[in-house]
Amino acid sequence: MDIIYNILKNTRFWWIISLILLVLLATLPLYSSAYSVILITAIIMYVILTVSWAMFSGPTGYISLATAAFFGVGIYTMAVLGEQLPLLPAVIAGGLVSFIIALIVGAMTLRLRGIYFTIFTFGLVELIKHLLLYWEVTVTGTRGRFIVLEENTTIFWVILGIFVVLMLTNYFIRRSKYGLALRSIGENEEASAHLGVNVNLVKVFAFGISAFFMGAAGAIMATRWTYVDPYVAFNPLFSFLPVLMAIFGGMGQIYGPVIGAVFFAYTEEKLLTNFPEYFMLTFGIILVLFIVYLPDGLVGVVQRLWRRRLGGQNANT
Amino acid sequence: MLVSVLNTVINGLLLGGLYAIIAMGLNLQYGVARVLNIAHGEFIMLGAFITWTMYSMFGINPLLSIVIVGPVVFIIGFILQRTLFTSLRTRAPSQGAFEGSSMLATFGLLFIIQNVALLIWHGDMRAYSYYNFGINLWGAVFAANRLVALAFAVVIGIAFYIFLVRARLGKAIRAAAQDPTTAGLMGVNINLVLALCFGLGAVMAGLAGVFISMCFPIYPVMGLEYLIIAIIVVVLGGLGSIPGSFIGGFILGLIGSIVSSWQPSLALAAYYFIFMLLLVVRPKGIFGK
Repeated sequence: MDIIYNILKNTRFWWIISLILLVLLATLPLYSSAYSVILITAIIMYVILTVSWAMFSGPTGYISLATAAFFGVGIYTMAVLGEQLPLLPAVIAGGLVSFIIALIVGAMTLRLRGIYFTIFTFGLVELIKHLLLYWEVTVTGTRGRFIVLEENTTIFWVILGIFVVLMLTNYFIRRSKYGLALRSIGENEEASAHLGVNVNLVKVFAFGISAFFMGAAGAIMATRWTYVDPYVAFNPLFSFLPVLMAIFGGMGQIYGPVIGAVFFAYTEEKLLTNFPEYFMLTFGIILVLFIVYLPDGLVGVVQRLWRRRLGGQNANT
Repeated sequence: MLVSVLNTVINGLLLGGLYAIIAMGLNLQYGVARVLNIAHGEFIMLGAFITWTMYSMFGINPLLSIVIVGPVVFIIGFILQRTLFTSLRTRAPSQGAFEGSSMLATFGLLFIIQNVALLIWHGDMRAYSYYNFGINLWGAVFAANRLVALAFAVVIGIAFYIFLVRARLGKAIRAAAQDPTTAGLMGVNINLVLALCFGLGAVMAGLAGVFISMCFPIYPVMGLEYLIIAIIVVVLGGLGSIPGSFIGGFILGLIGSIVSSWQPSLALAAYYFIFMLLLVVRPKGIFGK
C-alpha cells in the first residue's frame, strides 16, 4: 500500500499521467466518432472558461461575472476578422482584444471591492451587448453576423491547444511569486500592499490574462456556430456557469475547476436537450447544497480524505 | 410639444414607481440581512404568476390577490433566511465571505425557482386584461392599470418608510442594519429581525410582481431583467439607503423614458452606462453615506 501512496505523492507521476491523457485526447479525432469530438470540444470550452475564471477569482476572491463579456468579445472578433485573417491569428486576435478590454476594465474598477466589483462586471456584459445591438440596428442595419465555418477536428485541436497553454500558464503562475501575490491579495489586500506587492498591477494583469483565454475560446467556438447575434454571444449564462462549475469542483487545487467543468459540461450535453428544466433545477439544488455543506467542492472532500490518510503516516515519524 | 414632454415624464414616473418598490425590497435584503439576492426577480415572477393564475382560473381581482401573494412570498423569504442564510452566516469566517457565499447561494435559488415555475407554468408569455382603458391626463393618454400600479407603489413605498422611521420594529431594523452585534446586545432579536427583513424584501418583490402582471406580459424567465434594473437602482440610490432606492427608482424610470423617447434601442444601454459610470465615480450612490 505504501508504495502506491508514494507513487501518488510523486509530482513526476502526475506529469506523466497528464501527458498520456493529453496524447489520448489529441489523437481522439483519429479513432473516435465525429459526435464525441464535438462533445469533447464543448466540454473543453467550459473547462477553459472555468479554469480561466478560477485563475483570477479563486486566489483573489474577486467574484467576476464578466466571463460572458470576454467570451462574447472573442466571438465578435472572429465574426469581424474571420474572413480577413487565417484561423490562428484570428483566434489570438480574439484573445488580445479581450485582454485589452480586461486591462481597461480592470484599471477602471481598481477601487471597487466585493459585491460592487461583481455587479460592475455583470453590467459590463449587458452594456457591451446593448451597445452592439444598437450599433447593429442603427448603423449597419443588420442583426447578427455570419461566420466562416471550420472543420470540427480543426476546432478541436485549436481548443485543445488553448487548453494546454492555459493549464501551463495557470500552473506556472500558481508556483511563481505572482501566484503568491494574488493569494495574498485575497487574504488581505492592504497587508499585501504594505508588504511591497504592486497590488494594482498584479490584479489587473491577472484579470487580463484570464480574459485572454476566455476571448480565445470565444473566437474558436464562434466558427462552430455559423451565425451569431449579441444575444447568443453575450449570454449571461456563460458568466454564471463557470462560477458554478468552479465551486462544484473546488478552487483550492489546480484540477478542481477542471473536474467541476468536465462533470457539469458532460451532464449538460447529455441532459439539456431532453430535460432542460430538470437539469437547471438540479443544477441550482446542487449549487446551494455545495455552498452550504461542501464549500471547498469535490476536491475539498478528496483532500480531506487524503489528509486523513497522510496525517496518520506523519504521526508515526 | 408639451404633450410629448408630459407623456415622457408620466411614463417615466409610471415605470419608476415599480422600479422603486422592487429596489427597496432588494436594498432591505442587502442593507440589513447582507444578502445580495440574485433571486429577487424570481419573487417578482412568483407574485406575477400567482396573480395571473388567480385571475384567469378563479377570476379573483388582481388587487385582492395582494393579500395572498404577500403572505406566501413573506413565508418563503422568512424560511430561507432562517435556514439557508443563517447557516451560511454562522459558518462564514468574515462578513465579506458571507456576502460572497450568500450571493452565490441565491444564484442557486434563481435556478431552482425559475425552473420550478417553468415546470408549472411553461415558458409561454401570459397576459390578462384588467382596468385596461385609457385615461386622459392633460392630453397624454395612459392605461388605467398603470396609474393604479403607480398609486399602490407610492403608497407601499411611503408606508414602509414611515414604518422604518416610526415603528419600534422599524427602529430595530435600522439598528440591525448599522451594527448587528450591538443591536443584539441592546435586546434586539437579531435572527428574527434579519428574517423579517428578508421576508419583507420578498414581499416588496411579490407585490411589484402583482402590479407588473396587471400592466405587462409575464413569462417565467422575466425575473433577471427586473433584478438587473433593481441592482442599478440600488446602486444609484446607495446600497443600504431605503429612501435612496425609492427616489432612485423614479430617477431611473425618468431616464429610461427620456432615452427611449429619443432612441428606443438605447434605453437599456443607457441604464448600464449610468450604472457603470456611477460605480466608478461614486460607488456609494447618490444618497449613500
